[in-house]
Formats: sequence, C-alpha cells, structure tokens
Amino acid sequence: MVAKQRTRPIRVLIAKPGLDGHDRGAKIVARALRDAGMEVIYAGLRQTPEEIVRAALEEDVDLIGLSILSGAHMALFPRVLKLLKAEKASRIPVFAGGIIPDEDATRLRHLGIRAIFGPGTSLEEIVRTAEKLARAPP
Amino acid sequence: MTGQRTTLPPAARAIVRGDRRALARAITAVENGAPEADLLLRSTYSRTGRVPIIGFAGPLGVGKSSLLSALVTQLRAAGTTVGVIAIDPSSPFSGGSVLGDRIRFERRADDTGVFFRSMASRGASGGVAAATRDVARLMDAAGFGVILVETVGSGQVDVAIREIASTRVVVLVPHLGDEVQTLKAGLFEIADIFCVNKSDLPGSETAERYLSELAGLGPGPDGWRARVVRTSATVPSGIPGLWSAIEEHERFVAGSDVHRQAERRRLSDEIVGRVRDELTRELTLRLEAEAELRRLVDQVVARKLDPRSAADRLVAEERR
Ligand SMILES: Nc1nc2c(ncn2[C@@H]2O[C@H](COP(=O)(O)OP(=O)(O)OP(=O)(O)O)[C@@H](O)[C@H]2O)c(=O)[nH]1
Ligand SMILES: [Mg+2]
Repeated sequence: MVAKQRTRPIRVLIAKPGLDGHDRGAKIVARALRDAGMEVIYAGLRQTPEEIVRAALEEDVDLIGLSILSGAHMALFPRVLKLLKAEKASRIPVFAGGIIPDEDATRLRHLGIRAIFGPGTSLEEIVRTAEKLARAPP
Repeated sequence: MTGQRTTLPPAARAIVRGDRRALARAITAVENGAPEADLLLRSTYSRTGRVPIIGFAGPLGVGKSSLLSALVTQLRAAGTTVGVIAIDPSSPFSGGSVLGDRIRFERRADDTGVFFRSMASRGASGGVAAATRDVARLMDAAGFGVILVETVGSGQVDVAIREIASTRVVVLVPHLGDEVQTLKAGLFEIADIFCVNKSDLPGSETAERYLSELAGLGPGPDGWRARVVRTSATVPSGIPGLWSAIEEHERFVAGSDVHRQAERRRLSDEIVGRVRDELTRELTLRLEAEAELRRLVDQVVARKLDPRSAADRLVAEERR
C-alpha cells in the first residue's frame, strides 16, 4: 500500500473554556501542533461552549482541543458536545487536556470526548493522537 | 458557464441564502484548491463585486485585530454585516501555523451578522492573494455588507491586501522606529490611510505629525492624498474617525477612473494568469511525454548540446 500523502493541513481549534486564567499549557500544545504542520486556530481564554462551537464551525476545523484547569469540565465539555450535536457536527472529534480525575475522564469518554490528556502527557503523544483523530473517517 | 440566477448549484444556493456552514466549507475548498471551489466561484461570480474590501496591514502586535474588533462593533451597531478574513503566516519549516487573531475579537456567540475566518498564508505569496480574493468573493456572494482583511505587513503576506483591497489601511504605533521599518518594508506606498493606533500611549502626536508630513509630500498616482488618523482600539477612541476616513476613500474610489482602470487590469491579469497556468500545465505534460525531449536531454547531459539550443529546437517544433 502506498502511504497516502495529505494534501491539506489539518485545521484544529484550541480553546480554553472556564474561568481560570492560565493558558500556558494550551499555548504549548498549540505550538507543538503547529510544528507538526497543523493550522491551529487559537481562540484563547474563557470561551463559552457556544463561542467554541461557533468558532469551530466558522473555521471549519477537523478537530477541537479543549483545555481546562478550573474543574468545571463536567459542566462545560458535555455542553460543547451537545451543541455540536445540535449543529449536526458531532463528527468533529473533541479531545481534552487538563486536570481531570479518573472517574470524570471515564464519564467524559463515554459522552464522546475522544481523548483525554493529563498533566504528565508528552507533547509527542498529544500530536500523534490529534493526527489520528483528525484523519479518522467520520 | 456564467452563473445564471436560476441555475445555481445547491451548495452555491446555500451560500447565497446565508447558510454559514456552507460558506465555511466553501472557504475550506478554496483554500485547498479543491474542485468544488471552482464550481462555486463560477456560479456566484455574477453576484459579487460591489462590497468594499478594507485591508489592514502593519507590523506585529500594533493592534490590527483589536482595531477590527472595535470597527465591527461600530458597524454592527449601524446594522452593517461584516465578513472578516485574518491572515497569518505559515511556518516555512513545518507548514503549520498558529492563527491567533480571534483572541482579540469581542465575543459575539449569537450574532449572525459577522463571519470571522482565520487563514494561513501557506507559502506562496501570489497564492495567498488569489485565495483571499476568492474567499472575499464567497463572503460577498453570501451578502456581507463589508469585508475586513487583516495581514501582518511583512512584504510576503501583505500582497493579499495590496492586490485585493479597495481601501488599504496601514496600522502603526507611536514609536518612530516602527514607522521607519514599515516604510522600508514598502507599506508606505500602499497606504490610503495611516492609522496611528495605541494613541493612549505617549508619542502619538509626534507619529501623526511625521506621517502627515510624509503624506503631505503629495497625492499618489491616483490623486488621493493619504489620510492620517489616530485611534486607540482598547479605550476605544478614534474609531468613528477611522471609519469616516475609510468611507471617504471608498467614495473617492467609486468616482475614480484610475481605480476603474486598475480593477480592469486586475481582472485581465487574473484571466491571463489562468490561461497561462492551464496552458503551461498542458504543455509540460505534452513535452514530458515526448521522445524528442528525452533525446535532447541525452545530448545536453553529454555536453553535446546546451540547454538553450535544446529549448529552441522544441519551441521551433511547437510552432510548426
Ligand atoms: N495600549 C493599547 N494597547 C493596545 C491597543 N490596541 C491593541 N492593544 C494591545 O496590543 C496587543 C496586540 O493587539 P492585537 O490586536 O492582537 O495586535 P495585532 O496587530 O492584531 O497583532 P498580530 O496579529 O499578532 O500582528 C494586545 O495586547 C492589545 O490589547 C491600543 O489602542 N492601546
Ligand atoms: Mg492580529
């Protein structure tokens, strides 16, 4: 089999819902994804789920990455998934990073968050997973 | 075929009807040079061409995005719908890009009168101008009342604005060093309006005076004398003044023969460019399939013939 050459860059939205004001982690991930050849739309801090979904649709992204440290993930992530579904855009994969307890992670995966990265995850693994998710058939 | 109003393909009809998802997907197709884009651009062309395209260029971090955000607030208050295209350079190393202009944008989760799209320059400078022009045409067909384009003024990327904007705003901040750099980068010639942003910081009067002197040296080849305005995007202040200057220039353009000629020139260049690209592709394929080319290359490799003479023979062959 011939390796399929990708002719267009993956577009990914990186957003930070919730009220905490630290986006160092999200920025580092954004840069790593750029260095892997992706076009990263960086939406910045304190985005509401509505704003995130709107940005994802306008920017026609292949993938959404959410970062959160404030502990509001159980309220905000499902809301993003629900809004995507309402827009018939559930095929856009969503991954998440931040401090998320195991029980919550299990529940979020069940709801449809495709990958969850804890604080210790290597950038390499995040990039690899992001590529796989963006390329997976809907 | 040209776009007859009655024969719009479904995806084009969706765009014209104001379907935002359809517009977003069409923009992606344009960026990727996908075949669907072609059909959409052909069929919607007759509905484009009347919307003002206002370009904003300037050095990194001078407040272009913040300024656009403030302008959008004013335009929306007046009921005008706005399409925004924010261009950032792609990394020459990875081809990737971080597109961060959305951060500065005031949140408008439920205002369908605004459509914001980030674009990476993706290498070739001519390419970004063509893609931006086509994306602007799609937004135009979708019915937005004005289109704002932001680029970093780094020579490579600002051709997008040079070539497609009807009014070009060069954004600077109150430090002489930046202005000199910007003038060196060739932004001076393209400015219809100089905007000294961050005028809440000291030194903006000096910058304004300096630019006014430069602009006062005389009108450009089209007869327009560049205006200088002071703004602060974050306060905000001076935004209505900036918009009046833009409107004034738009009125000037509408009545100007020079600009009508320039528009003809651009469209002519676009057509000729397409013909050239198409014929070049065809010719390249044909030549590469020819046995004669391989024979000539053998001789050139063996230093029995030089590349120029080999080319002459093929040209003579083509013309027969
Ligand atoms: N003091 C002051 N700061 C401003 C003003 N306008 C923008 N800024 C700040 O300048 C910084 C850069 O603003 P942006 O709007 O992102 O500038 P930009 O020109 O779009 O930046 P790039 O797209 O990265 O080139 C931000 O921290 C803004 O808050 C202003 O009028 N006054
Ligand atoms: Mg910007």
